[in-house]
Amino acid sequence: MPLTQADIDLEIATEHAAYDKRVADGAPVEHHPRRDYAPYRSSVFRHPKQPLVAIDTAQDPELVELYSPAFGERDVTGIDNDLTRHHRGEPIGERITVSGRLLDRDGRPVRGQLIEIWQANSAGRYAHQREQHDAPLDPNFTGVGRTLTDAEGRYHFTTIQPGPYPWRNHVGAWRPAHIHFSVFGTAFAQRLVTQMYFPNDPLFPYDPILQSVTDDAARQRLVASYDHGLSVPEFSLGYHWDIVLDGPAATWIEEGR
Amino acid sequence: MTKIDTSRPEQVLPTPSHTVGPFYGYALPFLGGEEIAPFGHPDTITVHGYGLDGAGRPLPDALVEVWGPHPDGTVPQADGSIRRDPATGGYLGRNGVEFTGWGRSQTDTDGHWYARTLRPGARGGNAPYLSVCVFARGLLVHLFTRIYLPGDEASLAADPLLTRVGDRRDTLIAAEEGPGTYRFDIRLQGEGETVFLEFQ
Ligand SMILES: [Fe+3]
Repeated sequence: MPLTQADIDLEIATEHAAYDKRVADGAPVEHHPRRDYAPYRSSVFRHPKQPLVAIDTAQDPELVELYSPAFGERDVTGIDNDLTRHHRGEPIGERITVSGRLLDRDGRPVRGQLIEIWQANSAGRYAHQREQHDAPLDPNFTGVGRTLTDAEGRYHFTTIQPGPYPWRNHVGAWRPAHIHFSVFGTAFAQRLVTQMYFPNDPLFPYDPILQSVTDDAARQRLVASYDHGLSVPEFSLGYHWDIVLDGPAATWIEEGR
Repeated sequence: MTKIDTSRPEQVLPTPSHTVGPFYGYALPFLGGEEIAPFGHPDTITVHGYGLDGAGRPLPDALVEVWGPHPDGTVPQADGSIRRDPATGGYLGRNGVEFTGWGRSQTDTDGHWYARTLRPGARGGNAPYLSVCVFARGLLVHLFTRIYLPGDEASLAADPLLTRVGDRRDTLIAAEEGPGTYRFDIRLQGEGETVFLEFQ
């Protein structure tokens, strides 16, 4: 029997109830998904069963994981953050501006670091050979961008509103529209890969990937805000999305970066 | 709320992780991602292996990032891992002489990955190791591990992490296959599961 949305809905509800009970019983808030999250079927054979081994970084400031690889102007070109200008013609779709700040857990800006994004086109199709969704490819849109954060930790992308797309987790599975983000912090231990969503998407409750974040407030932090101030007149609609990196900061980096 | 008010520390909470998904292949891998060592450097080593799931099947869609120090133990500070060509918008590759310490390898359809980098030096009281971060479809939060190299048994025996993990330490120590070539498999689950780390 192929899995239906009703089966997945039930599993999502069960996971939510289990999390609520854990918190009610005094367990800490979970900001990240559990790697073992059955409604997302691909996770079943791909999560470790042994507990992770905790490393107390305060005991050893020399760990290479407390330092980050460096990226610089050589690693980006001037238009890498404008995904509408990577081909001769204009891509089809609604132009958007996505901007925000990259911060560490102490609210300090992460400066000069690399942010990479990738996404589907406006029809919900990735420019990837293995993609099987038969929505049209856009010859003027690849959907890859990168940038360095500025002195305030700010980043800025111009792109096209991505479309939702179907996938094969269960019958009738559709991913809400999203942009994939890959981010570096001041320490390799702060590395983050995640997805940004758009406000008020009706697909949110059905999506096991978004729902894998069982904490309601944490899930909201994956959804950008519409920001009229970022909208460019007669050009694009604006979205604001701040990113906060988890994990230990490299304390030595406090000043001068 | 996705505008973070940094004047209110209780609002500065982590952005949740998500899977890298199946379709990052046209976005994240880059020309020369696995070739971290400068050309012809005498301390060059090759580390390689397979990524495997809990059923022993290869991971054809995993991404392995490797980050390590210079042979003298200092931390690389050079940028230029993913140099871009301002004329074409494509990749230039590394400049052949500077060592950035970081690279990215995409597993192939057999689940195989490799990186050619410099033999890491020791830092602090730790045996020399390469830091590794693994991403994959199906993996909702990336996983950190370490590649220790065999040879210096005294320094491996004194390493704080290796002493803590008991008989699972072998999953963290690569096997020497030949001069400067080391095999390191990554098992996400089950028999011989790799030791994965959480930094606090
Ligand atoms: Fe996606």
